[in-house]
Amino acid sequence: MSFLQTAWLVTRKDLLIEARSREILYTTLFFAVSCVLVFAFGFVREGRPLADAAAGILWIAIAFSGTLALGRAFERERQSETLRALLLAPVDRPALYVGKLLGVCLVLLAVEAAVVPLVAVMFQAPLFGHPLMLVGLLAAGTVGFAAVGTLFAAMLVRARSRDVLLPILLYPITVPVIIAGVRGTAALLEVEADLQVARMWLSMLVFFDVVFLTLALWTFEPVMTE
Amino acid sequence: MKKAFPFLLVIVAAMFAYAPVLIVGAPYESEMGLIQKIFYFHVPSWVVMFTSGTVCGVASIRYLMTGRKEADRLAQAAAELTLLFGLIGLMTGPLWARKAWGVWWQWDAKLTSALVMWLIFAAYILLRRFGGPGAEKLAAVVGIFGMANWPFVYWSVNIWRTVHPLTTVVPTLPGSMLGPLLFCIAAFLGLYLLMLVARLHLERRRADLEALFLAVED
Amino acid sequence: MKRFLFVVLAAGLWIGPLSAQQPPPRPTGAQEGFVPVESLPNQEKLTAAPLLMTAYAVAWLAAFGYLWSIWQRLGRVEREIAAITRRVEAGSRR
Repeated sequence: MSFLQTAWLVTRKDLLIEARSREILYTTLFFAVSCVLVFAFGFVREGRPLADAAAGILWIAIAFSGTLALGRAFERERQSETLRALLLAPVDRPALYVGKLLGVCLVLLAVEAAVVPLVAVMFQAPLFGHPLMLVGLLAAGTVGFAAVGTLFAAMLVRARSRDVLLPILLYPITVPVIIAGVRGTAALLEVEADLQVARMWLSMLVFFDVVFLTLALWTFEPVMTE
Repeated sequence: MKKAFPFLLVIVAAMFAYAPVLIVGAPYESEMGLIQKIFYFHVPSWVVMFTSGTVCGVASIRYLMTGRKEADRLAQAAAELTLLFGLIGLMTGPLWARKAWGVWWQWDAKLTSALVMWLIFAAYILLRRFGGPGAEKLAAVVGIFGMANWPFVYWSVNIWRTVHPLTTVVPTLPGSMLGPLLFCIAAFLGLYLLMLVARLHLERRRADLEALFLAVED
Repeated sequence: MKRFLFVVLAAGLWIGPLSAQQPPPRPTGAQEGFVPVESLPNQEKLTAAPLLMTAYAVAWLAAFGYLWSIWQRLGRVEREIAAITRRVEAGSRR
């Protein structure tokens, strides 16, 4: 079975399970909404949002809810001991990684589809002024965050204190993603949207994605073997 | 290595004893004055921190590829020392900044990327301590990602304006300041080597103890 | 597979520097280079000294503290090894 076929089978399995219960989707979505709300109380005063607040809050909500989604996705595997079954299968290990990554990305993108309009409304931010660029930034950022996150969440499945260790490991390493995402989005939200700056941050995100996806694909196999 | 240890110890101790002489003898900086003398300990500690971070990253790659315990021990020792020298840098830096820039902290490229690196290696150590059995391989991945991550963090923060002295400071340093700086860097690297050897020795003895325990159980 | 990854990585490494060209920021405050001077202007002398001493104290304490902690841990491990070796020898003498 080819690499892509394996990856797609894993993703399809995850999506099917998710479609039946929709547990991860709903919980992550409502967590993201609560996040935005909490930040709203912190950063909006007398109906006027702070400058740059919308971009920052959007990406923080994505980062926090992403961590939750990753934790839940692998907790599911751990509880049914299906991860070991997957690892025993005679397939390319990195294909398993890509399959899980795709599933996590799809969940996160669905969550973002709901959170972006919410942030636009609550913080009066013109997020839909340049939709293609915004989608590009969100996609590249989500892939980067999820690429590192999926690897670490898979690694931590059998570790102790995995719930708190995942954010401790993940956040420092994904700092460039957050910075690039926030600055890129903020550039789009300015009075005169600075497309050139946004494009530069987007290319940085793509660069990050390439490097860290490659690193993750390379280290997944040795780290998941005993 | 073992035989050289006392010899190295004497040399490093002598260097650290002599360093204050050199530092006091160096001329003052015209704009920053006395506080700039922190430079002679601040820069070497960062040099050592990044050296140690690289050592940890490379040892982690080796461990992941070959599974040799010695590489794992080296990675762990190097990570601890990265934290130690990073801590020295992170504490001496704000003390200097308070006088030179008027603020304790600035979100510019060097400071932020150094802080993030420090956090990554702190995460490495936390993972090893609390991750339970089998955490060595996971930590190795963190070490590798940490090492690979630095250029990205630096670059992403650098796009904003930076207040930190540019890296061009060191090459253009006048000889009267360059000399003490290089001496201090050498002293710090010597100290790093000493600590690394000592820490590795501790880890090897721990492994011996484990082996003894297992042998006694049988 | 690995070769493919390497090619992708190498290609990706080109995108980065090419896409982010920025003019260097204007420096302030002794950023271009340090200018040496022989004696201090008077107003600078006092407030810097405590910060300077704290900084050096931090460096020394950290270094010694770490060396001391290694010493302690090593002592503990050596004592345990000695204890076990004694037990083993006592057992084998019987």
